[in-house]
Amino acid sequence: MGQITVTVNGHRHQVDVEPRDLLVYTLRETLGLTGTNVGCDTSSCGACTVHLNGEAVKSCTVLAVQADGQEVTTIEGLAVNGEMHPMQQAFTEHHALQCGYCTPGMIMAAVSLLDDNPSPSEDEIRHGLEGNLCRCTGYHNIVKAVQAAASA
Amino acid sequence: MATTEPKPQIGQRRLRKEDPELITGQGRYVDNITVPGMLWVHVVRSPYAHATIKGIDTSKAEQAEGVVAVYTGETLEFAGPLVMAWPINDQVKNPAHHPLTKDKARYVGDPVAVVVADTRANAKDAAELVEVDWDPHPAVTDIKEALADGAPIVHEEFGTNNAGDWIFERDSPVPPRNPAGPYFEDPDLVTIKEDYYLARLIPNAMEPRGVVVDLTASMGEYTVYSSTQIPHILRTTLTITCGIPEAKLRVVAPDVGGGFGSKLEAYPEDAICLAIAKTLRRPVKWIEERSEGYVATLHGREMYQTIELAATKDGVLKAVRVNLLASMGAYLRIITPGIPMLGAWLYAGPYDCEGYDFQYTNVFTNNTFTDAYRGAGRPEATYAIERAMDALARKLDMDPIDLRMKNFITNDKFPNYTMVTGLTIDSANYTGTTEKLLEMLDYPAVRKQQAESRANGGTKVIGVGFSTWLEMCGIAPSRVLAALKYIAGGWDAATVEFMPTGTVRVLTGVSPHGQGNVTSMAQIVADQLGVDFEDVEVLHGDSQVVPLGLDTYGSRGLAVGGVALYKAGEKILAKARTLAAHQLECSEDDLEFAGGDFTVKGTDKSANIKGLGFAAWAAHDLPDGMEPGLTATHLYDPPNFSWPNGSHACVVEVDTETGSIDILRYVAVDDCGVQINPNIVEGQLHGGITQGIAEALFEEALYDTEGNLLTGNMASYMVPGAPEIPSFELDSTVTPSPTNPLGVKGVGEAGTIAAPPAVINAVVDALSHLGVTNMERPATPERVWRAIQEAKS
Repeated sequence: MGQITVTVNGHRHQVDVEPRDLLVYTLRETLGLTGTNVGCDTSSCGACTVHLNGEAVKSCTVLAVQADGQEVTTIEGLAVNGEMHPMQQAFTEHHALQCGYCTPGMIMAAVSLLDDNPSPSEDEIRHGLEGNLCRCTGYHNIVKAVQAAASA
Repeated sequence: MATTEPKPQIGQRRLRKEDPELITGQGRYVDNITVPGMLWVHVVRSPYAHATIKGIDTSKAEQAEGVVAVYTGETLEFAGPLVMAWPINDQVKNPAHHPLTKDKARYVGDPVAVVVADTRANAKDAAELVEVDWDPHPAVTDIKEALADGAPIVHEEFGTNNAGDWIFERDSPVPPRNPAGPYFEDPDLVTIKEDYYLARLIPNAMEPRGVVVDLTASMGEYTVYSSTQIPHILRTTLTITCGIPEAKLRVVAPDVGGGFGSKLEAYPEDAICLAIAKTLRRPVKWIEERSEGYVATLHGREMYQTIELAATKDGVLKAVRVNLLASMGAYLRIITPGIPMLGAWLYAGPYDCEGYDFQYTNVFTNNTFTDAYRGAGRPEATYAIERAMDALARKLDMDPIDLRMKNFITNDKFPNYTMVTGLTIDSANYTGTTEKLLEMLDYPAVRKQQAESRANGGTKVIGVGFSTWLEMCGIAPSRVLAALKYIAGGWDAATVEFMPTGTVRVLTGVSPHGQGNVTSMAQIVADQLGVDFEDVEVLHGDSQVVPLGLDTYGSRGLAVGGVALYKAGEKILAKARTLAAHQLECSEDDLEFAGGDFTVKGTDKSANIKGLGFAAWAAHDLPDGMEPGLTATHLYDPPNFSWPNGSHACVVEVDTETGSIDILRYVAVDDCGVQINPNIVEGQLHGGITQGIAEALFEEALYDTEGNLLTGNMASYMVPGAPEIPSFELDSTVTPSPTNPLGVKGVGEAGTIAAPPAVINAVVDALSHLGVTNMERPATPERVWRAIQEAKS
């Protein structure tokens, strides 16, 4: 057991971790931030996507020790002072979620996508989100939401 | 107090009440639930598809760090096996399915032991130390091989892998118009015979399953949080399997991350966790890992189909004859043997004809059990008839649309037309729905584009495929279910209650897990009772909060649960009217109701329903004999199935050199009756069509001959991502159902039922000029390429 210091959603935490602990479980089970979901065990689905120093990563594929000294943003940290992020707003306005399980990861990936490419084409959105699976929406409304957020 | 919200609410694209929590990470899925003192469960599963357990040594695991207990099928006590609720007839062979197998493993993943420990990691680590002495046997994973002489037998007590037949002539409670046989002997008729194989599918709801059991040991009361579509049914089955009375058992489906049928189940793990909690008197938790779920959670489809059509030379369909072999996998789960039957009355599609025969044979194999997967029986039926209609069109050299148009049940037959298979369709406009599709598609332009793609001699050719489908959903009338030998009923329940402060509490017996019923049901109540949408709170998914219900599956949320709600609302209005007449000192007949106000006709004297709700609660001045409270419960048993339909077209471009397929357009016109919230309707179609496209092009659970799942995780089984899926062009026709007062039919499964044949028909159409007439699914580039090579040679 070792100790890491990690800043999550602006709050600094010192947490005990085992070398094998994955970042997603440190977030969920140690820090109680259960908004980030686990959907697979092969880094395929993207449900666990968070931002590590501003970049989208699959937190099931990052060891907690790798986050030592780094900054993490999860879905819980996206809204500022209770004001929803434009991507969150766009997801509800365009019915881009149904069961909601992929949604936190999808939103974090979509925010990162627009950070890299503020006005993507439909094709660029689809390929930009290829690491995030959704079983409910058929992606149609997710694409629309990202387009709307891009022009917001 | 008139509302400022738009009226009617029905038909509005209301944003969902469910969303604010789900988009901010406040969802409460099972894995987010932690109970003090909770232990973790890890299931030890068979690595063999077929092997006798000679012994299990748990001693090393018991000594491992943090381990509290290790159980096997011999040491964990149950009151009975898992419940199978659909013994389709007296031929059915139903083996006892113990939550932990006692004697043999019959599929890779069969649970044989469980480790209970203080942490997730310790439970998993210790599971590695459970030593099972296996005696492996040859396995059988192919349906036809399982029926062959000398095949390994999955359940020795039966001496065969045939799990039972279901024959229309013998087992259907309604007869067909005529038997099909004579039509296939008629020399004046043209006949075709087609064989299709539907691959085994893995549902892949995004949330893996999970169970948390909490308890009040002193009271003998248990709360089971399960990622389930069916909290009420699960409670009943757990009572039977674990011996805890319903009254002491609360089942909660918290936020559930998708189901698609895969959470319509009484799983071993639910019973195992409850039995452990009962034994240890400790709360426990089990969370499925995705790769574990690939073998532990039900699979869908997998059948061989033979369909024959007889028609006149000018394309009038006369008869349909169908024979199926369906994979059960290793056990019959809650409704496994009845899944093919859900298509039994649909293999003639929306076409009028005279003769019909259908039968299926259920087959045990050494695979994960199958059960309901989105559409359940109806996608299989639609696939067969829609592929076969294209084959018939090719044989008759007719346009596939002309053939369909010629054979649709015509509008003058409705409402309530008894079709060739003996069931009665409520309403439809097949011709109108299809005409709208053709207009959106610009069909002549697509055919022109196709001709050009062929004429220019390039490697990329265009094809268009259709699926004009119907389904029976809103499952189901209880009397019909009785005739089909399903053990339970098909009603659902709702309670509507005015709270003292003026909000309305709705309890619905259906258990949505993404369908948005909290929103659509609030829209119904807002219109009916004249209250604000924002003032309606819909609660669901907790057997203690909502004691009555039969849950969500079969596109029944609105068509059964929504109608129950409406009927409860009618009772509310009747009572409120009596109370209003009492308050306003008039006759009930003198009152008119609009916008929440009961007004004495021709006056400005009125009473608002919220005030009446308070008055009924306070009970200070009620008419003699009136019970306090403005609340009503209704249990609604639908008199018929509902019968949605639609017409879908898929335009593909196929690369004849590589076999790759690009979907250029997907155009669909659906008719689910009255739409409460078009956003939700379209969302259901987008997701359903996507799962249908995935069946057609990508998804296939593959086993090796020893019964190992080769596509055993999300990296090797292709759930499509955004790049693989097109944007959709959707529209609708609205033909209200005459069966219920809302005119609704249901839409949850529509897209999945419709899409696979539209896609495959398009691929075959694209390659028809090369002589390709069949395409196995999924139509992977390799299969497409091989089909082209075979046609060439």
